[in-house]
Amino acid sequence: MGKTNRKYSYPDAGGHFGDFGGRYVSETLMPALIELQKAYDEAAADETFHEEIDYYLKQYAGRPTPLYYARAMTESLGGAKIYLKREDLAHTGAHKINNTIGQGVLCGRMGKDRIIAETGAGQHGVATATVAALLNKECVIYMGEEDTKRQELNVFRMKLLGAEVRPVVSGTKTLKDAMNEAMRDWVTNVRNTFYIIGSVAGPHPYPMMVRDFQSVIGCEAMEQILVAEGKLPDTLVACVGGGSNAMGLFFPFIQESGVRKIGVEAAGHGVESGLHSATITAGSVGVLHGSKTYLLQDEDGQVQGAHSVAAGLDYPGVGPEHSYFQDAGEVDYVSVTDEEALSAFSFLSEVEGIIPALETAHAIAHVRKIAPTMSPEQIIVICLSGRGDKDIHTASSLI
Amino acid sequence: MGRIKEKFRELREKNKAALICYVTAGDPDIDLTEQIIDHMEASGVDMVEIGIPFSDPMADGPVIQAASERALASSTSLSDVLSLVRRIRSRSDIPVILFGYYNPFFSYGAERFARDAREAGADGVLVVDLPPEEAGELSVHAEREGLDRIFLLAPTSTEERIEMVSQNASGFIYVVSVTGVTGARPDMDYNLEDLVERIKRRSELPVGVGFGVSSARQAAAIASFSDAVIVGSALVRIIESGGEERQEVLGRISSFTEELSAACYR
Repeated sequence: MGKTNRKYSYPDAGGHFGDFGGRYVSETLMPALIELQKAYDEAAADETFHEEIDYYLKQYAGRPTPLYYARAMTESLGGAKIYLKREDLAHTGAHKINNTIGQGVLCGRMGKDRIIAETGAGQHGVATATVAALLNKECVIYMGEEDTKRQELNVFRMKLLGAEVRPVVSGTKTLKDAMNEAMRDWVTNVRNTFYIIGSVAGPHPYPMMVRDFQSVIGCEAMEQILVAEGKLPDTLVACVGGGSNAMGLFFPFIQESGVRKIGVEAAGHGVESGLHSATITAGSVGVLHGSKTYLLQDEDGQVQGAHSVAAGLDYPGVGPEHSYFQDAGEVDYVSVTDEEALSAFSFLSEVEGIIPALETAHAIAHVRKIAPTMSPEQIIVICLSGRGDKDIHTASSLI
Repeated sequence: MGRIKEKFRELREKNKAALICYVTAGDPDIDLTEQIIDHMEASGVDMVEIGIPFSDPMADGPVIQAASERALASSTSLSDVLSLVRRIRSRSDIPVILFGYYNPFFSYGAERFARDAREAGADGVLVVDLPPEEAGELSVHAEREGLDRIFLLAPTSTEERIEMVSQNASGFIYVVSVTGVTGARPDMDYNLEDLVERIKRRSELPVGVGFGVSSARQAAAIASFSDAVIVGSALVRIIESGGEERQEVLGRISSFTEELSAACYR
């Protein structure tokens, strides 16, 4: 765990979190990133920007989301008291909307009339298409061809919201390739286009900006737990693909070294099998999508395909600030398998009547392991990052 | 004097813009790459840019992406590329620029790469996703080994960035002619002269123009105001369409580069 009472000030001016992060992009993108950073810095200092975002978060997305005491789950596991931060109840069914509203409002301030995004499971694509519809912007979503097949329902939702969905056929035809394609679009159409990245990944200022927009999760949770319990939780647990919901929950607690933070990665068929997305647990440092971070790669520095039953965790990189947290010992990163996640998916559905997203089920699975080892005076807060309706089809064929 | 600098000096006397041609190493295998480079040199190509394949070529259009995928299918690594450079250097003085994305270099190790690249006989390195802000480590080692550090500038680059690149670059400065990814384009924005002019006000280095050059006519237009014409995707397309017909590919590369080379004389 980190030291107490220290001031956390990352990223630096160049977007670095210690050795991680930065801006590893082609020169053609540098001016756009610098323009975006300036616009964001100005906006962040402007009260009306925050008021506009707060208005949409409250009136449109339904915030604050509840911090729900999961009594049945707590009793079933027989240990720590478990609370669920219900991001599944936010508009569009996941935490992704927090970020797309923030970036959407920024896009409006910058006067860009076209929004693009990458998506894996489709949740970020849906949240982006939603905001584009709300703000009346043209919208193009890049999605790996494999994922368009796995997530047909979300493809339909995006189209219904007026977005154009472009299937990506290069590379592994999944999230990482969708991100490559979105970057290529941005390089080509940078003058009128705003690229909404969906996670705390990519070149500076994205990891910082997405962290700031998602921090509403942790800020609300902190206030709510103090009201409910009069003290901070002992442990925070969230799943980590790119890592935006985990960052959103953890970041407001980062100065609180007494609060343990656990990020749960996807071990797929098992970390030893080679078929997984456990980037921090089993990867090595490299550069992908504009930042230095932990990656799944071979000995020649070629990025490897990831695997997870949860499309939203199926990414061979991770947000650079998580890499920093790993090396600094601020957060513990663990992993759970597809099988454990599927079991947790059923468990939460049966016990609490809440069907979680398969991504979220990874966090639930880890809590099933640790809660029984803790005392009833201890508190765990789980980020229930999304609802599982989108996964019914996948889950029904596997359970 | 380095080979790149020497070549630019020699070409100035001939009143020719340097013709720099790109090939992805290992597309579809490294033997053909080696033969292509020999044919290019024999046809008047002044420098070669050898691409190191990468799994996620973010700044490239579909043509070079596909080349990268073919090269990875034949398991071409940075070590293989360095061996290729060594073989070329054993019989030729043509300047060789290594071109790629940072992760394979980072994975190989900046210090080890710079040393091995110099020993193999490479002359310069251009890492697409490594702007001067992030280039520190690689630049230090490259400079120590006498490798030129080539950086990109784009039509969107501000005066501030032109200055930054000018201070960090050596060999030449590579101007990306259009906003967007690599790829041959039927029409180019010929209003590049201004940009080249702006760069030349801040730097003594030669300035080359690339991204989208696909015909001798375009090459001639660029040669009139820049020091180098860089051609990539149009050549990769010949390799792609040739399939198994190697002699035909080599023949078409030769005739196209001869045409381009002739167009580079002012």
